[in-house]
Amino acid sequence: MSDLTRMTATEIAGLVAGGETSAVEVTRAHLDRIAAVDDRVHAFLHVDSAGALAAARQVDDRRAAGEQLGPLAGVPVAVKDVLATKGVPTTVGSKILQGWRPPYDATIVQRLRAAGTVMLGKTNMDEFAMGSSTEYSAYGVTHNPWDLDRIPGGSGGGSAAALAAYEAPLAIGSDTGGSIRQPGAVTGTVGAKPTYGGTSRYGLVAFSSSLDTPGPCARTVLDAALLHEVIGGHDPRDSTSIPQPVPDVVAAAKLGATGDLTGVKLGIVSEFTGEGAEPGVLAAFRESVDALTKLGAEIVEVSCPNFKYALPAYYLIAPSECSSNLARFDGVRFGLRVGDDGNRSLEEVMSLTREAGFGPEVKRRIMIGTYALSSGYYDAYYGQAQKVRTLITRDFTAAFEQVDALISPTTPFVAFPIGARTSDPYQMYLADLFTIPTNLYGGPGISVPCGLSDGLPVGLQIMAPTMADDRMYRVAAALESVVGTFTPPAL
Amino acid sequence: MAAISREEVAHLARLSRLAVTEEELDTFAGQLDVILQAVAQVGEVTAADIPPTSHSVPLTNVLRDDVVTPCLTPEEALSGAPDAEEQRFRVPRILDEDVAS
Amino acid sequence: MTTTLPAYDEVVARYEPVIGLETHVELGTNTKMFCGCPTDFGGEPNTRVCPVCLGLPGSLPVANKAAIEATIRIGLALNCSIAEWCRFARKNYFYPDMPKNFQISQYDEPLCVDGYLDVEVNGELVRIGIERVHLEEDTGKTLHVGGATGRIHGATESLVDYNRAGIPLVEIVTKPVPGTGALAPEVAKAYVAELRDVIRSLGVSDVRMEEGSLRCDVNTSLNLPGEEWGTRTETKNVNSLRSVERAVRSEILRQASVLDAGGRIFQETRHFQEDTGDTRPGRSKETATDYRYFPEPDLVPLAPDAVWVAELKAALPELPRLHRRRLQEQWGLSELDMQSVLNAGAVELIEQTIAAGATPAAARKWWLGELSRRANETGAELSDVGATPEQVAELQGLVDAGKLNDKLARTVLEGVVAGEGSPTEVMANRNLEVVSDTGALTAAVDEAIAANPGIADKIRSGKVAAAGALVGAVMKTTRGQADAKTVRELILERLSAQG
Repeated sequence: MSDLTRMTATEIAGLVAGGETSAVEVTRAHLDRIAAVDDRVHAFLHVDSAGALAAARQVDDRRAAGEQLGPLAGVPVAVKDVLATKGVPTTVGSKILQGWRPPYDATIVQRLRAAGTVMLGKTNMDEFAMGSSTEYSAYGVTHNPWDLDRIPGGSGGGSAAALAAYEAPLAIGSDTGGSIRQPGAVTGTVGAKPTYGGTSRYGLVAFSSSLDTPGPCARTVLDAALLHEVIGGHDPRDSTSIPQPVPDVVAAAKLGATGDLTGVKLGIVSEFTGEGAEPGVLAAFRESVDALTKLGAEIVEVSCPNFKYALPAYYLIAPSECSSNLARFDGVRFGLRVGDDGNRSLEEVMSLTREAGFGPEVKRRIMIGTYALSSGYYDAYYGQAQKVRTLITRDFTAAFEQVDALISPTTPFVAFPIGARTSDPYQMYLADLFTIPTNLYGGPGISVPCGLSDGLPVGLQIMAPTMADDRMYRVAAALESVVGTFTPPAL
Repeated sequence: MAAISREEVAHLARLSRLAVTEEELDTFAGQLDVILQAVAQVGEVTAADIPPTSHSVPLTNVLRDDVVTPCLTPEEALSGAPDAEEQRFRVPRILDEDVAS
Repeated sequence: MTTTLPAYDEVVARYEPVIGLETHVELGTNTKMFCGCPTDFGGEPNTRVCPVCLGLPGSLPVANKAAIEATIRIGLALNCSIAEWCRFARKNYFYPDMPKNFQISQYDEPLCVDGYLDVEVNGELVRIGIERVHLEEDTGKTLHVGGATGRIHGATESLVDYNRAGIPLVEIVTKPVPGTGALAPEVAKAYVAELRDVIRSLGVSDVRMEEGSLRCDVNTSLNLPGEEWGTRTETKNVNSLRSVERAVRSEILRQASVLDAGGRIFQETRHFQEDTGDTRPGRSKETATDYRYFPEPDLVPLAPDAVWVAELKAALPELPRLHRRRLQEQWGLSELDMQSVLNAGAVELIEQTIAAGATPAAARKWWLGELSRRANETGAELSDVGATPEQVAELQGLVDAGKLNDKLARTVLEGVVAGEGSPTEVMANRNLEVVSDTGALTAAVDEAIAANPGIADKIRSGKVAAAGALVGAVMKTTRGQADAKTVRELILERLSAQG
């Protein structure tokens, strides 16, 4: 049998269902691969070998008992360490949660288990999903398999790197400002941010509640769609979950793979193809646009004048919500406690705990958020940012009256060297320039590999109207059918 | 002119329960200033008739029936606690100050 | 610092008090506000908790429909407008009894606004404006260890139980109430009592101040006639109706003495002292708290539609004040009699006793007599005295059937209150039934006649009044369990038969 770790999820599921391999065998192959390469990649914070093998055995038993298995049964999946996993360490990349084993599973984790997927472990991330490079993880940086000296994107760099390093065929991410799509772009993998409310946030450790969206990561568009279907759908435990069926993303991916985009109208966001992006990124993007045209798509330029306010609005809304969401990390009910020497007051112990448990980026955002919500500044900052959100939604709505989906480069630049942007927080923020508007609007977005620039992957982003996630999968699969997938150099 | 002073940053740190060091204060004051100057751009949006958006989902009245669901066991509830006593979460002495209700 | 307080009458002749009340009511829903944990009182610590009410990372709230409906019903009963659209907001501050270090509450968009409640004080109606009624979540309970008295001050550590965390709390805020003059303390008390009755009549809370399911903060200020309202203070820890009255009164006196001395009133939180009856300042904060409210992003807006609100309105019970008026007429009570029923907190008990079969007069007699006396002795609420309306009705039934006389009935009631069972059971177990077996009674009468030949002769000679002495003797031998009238008839019968 050829190398199981090089296969797509679809292929693996087919082999397991057909009895040509077992889930245990598949799991072992991936655990072996992790053991072989992860000391260099550092995609995982925790590998749950025993749990994975037990889950795999269960799938094999069910198959042996003649049970009908789901389309991803027996397929390993890496889960971003932002989702609560019962009895399995969940750190959110932060020291403040070191050693925490949640007493419950996130809804998405429950759905993954129910679907017979095999959770390999938890992947590295920027602390509390705040960052664009995984450099802000409290547990060390993840390395981009394309060039180990470069960042794998963030915050979900661990999930993306695990895919690119063939440590897992599927992964779960969460996208607040681009944390699925941007790592996908810089690692040459596929990352989809579903419609906000299309995937449950129950058990997703909150960064910015009104923006956080868990979603699928994979090496192919169809695999991402299959995973999306498994984790998506209404959850009564999440008040913001949309009570509608998951758009038929799998059928859309299959339709797209036929390579026909006749009748599809795509809009290039003109604001995102200017001087903000690197020439190499723009070149790869332009080539992809030509390819999409050849597939029959009609392409027009669309202006979204308010997108220029998206980044500042995001860096007010997300920190504001995070300043409140992260208040619960106080060393009382769970996690780290520092300085409790019997003399210090609770207030002092809380402050020392949070000081020691949070990294600098988290502290910066907490303070910015605290500032923006203060009574004297609320209207000028948080209030204005909420208005910008309305304007950005209007831009999207207007654009979708003209076109079926919007396209842009996913990121302004390819993977940068580790350490290049850490000294200037605002330079780091620019990595999410093109992905953030979608989060503010709430619609879906996907990044699909579209080419290389100096040997490093470039992603193309497709943005669709809310609950029209299927549209972006169709376009992404069509592009993939022309440009193919991208394989990094051997590790 | 700076958008935020070192003293304001120290105040924010106190409000946020962060025991930041003097050195951090210097660093953060500069960084927060850059960030706040940049994000202040949202102030350029001046039209008064723009309603704010707090939620992107068009949902209202998402309610739950008043039906009891299983609780955690006390062992599970306290499993992550840094310190517990008498089946309760133990915390150091609380400063004797007013508490909102 | 001790200052001599001025006389109350003299103070309210010079100053005009303005009061305001903020009341928190714990709803009696089955489950908490944002999760399915049960709300029952008591329970071992941290046994009614889940990831949501413990604020564990990743957990999310979902609002309890019954709590929303209860709040709307309270709002409607208080003549409020129900918001067509409103949101929950986060109130951010650090405190260990609050699992998330923010409270989900409502800020500038409460569910119910702008209503009123009419209360009766000295037979006059006073209309109290209602500013808002909103919904929020309760906190956990903190046990302070190592201090002298279990208080926070001096404690070396604290222990937190989150069973109460997340129980739905309704906050009812009045508009400022000016113009009540000397009656301000009574108006405050009457308002809280009326509010309690309204909420109890809705069946949405047991509204027990002593158990904390109804908590009250009292705002008080003074101003000179014709001048602007003064600075108000907020008094917390007011845990009974009587304390509401005392707290307002003592704050009026304190503020007057400060103002008379040329001092200033500071906006501050004070704590009512149950033992001394005065208020003491809380430790004042260096800066005013900024709660950094913002719309709760984990919950979507509430938009009660008109049909839903109309349905809830149609199902509202009669308001207590109107209900009481109707009962007074039905029971044929004078204003004064009704007032004593009200003061005793016996309206519902009497109503239920009547429903169980007793006459209004009998029901009132038991509850205002024997049972009120017992409640006073033990310091219990009348409803907790140990007898139910059904039992009282049963007791009266036994009297009406001649099985108990008045004295025996009181003894039976003692047994009932002591938990010995129903009146019928107590009567049987204690062997208290009126002796009606004439054989045994005849024997006792004959014995009494034989023992008192002189008296017997007097009766035989027509001095019937002398029978009383023999009745007493018979009652003594039957330990009071005979019906005196029957005994008397029997004595006369025996003596005339003996001729």
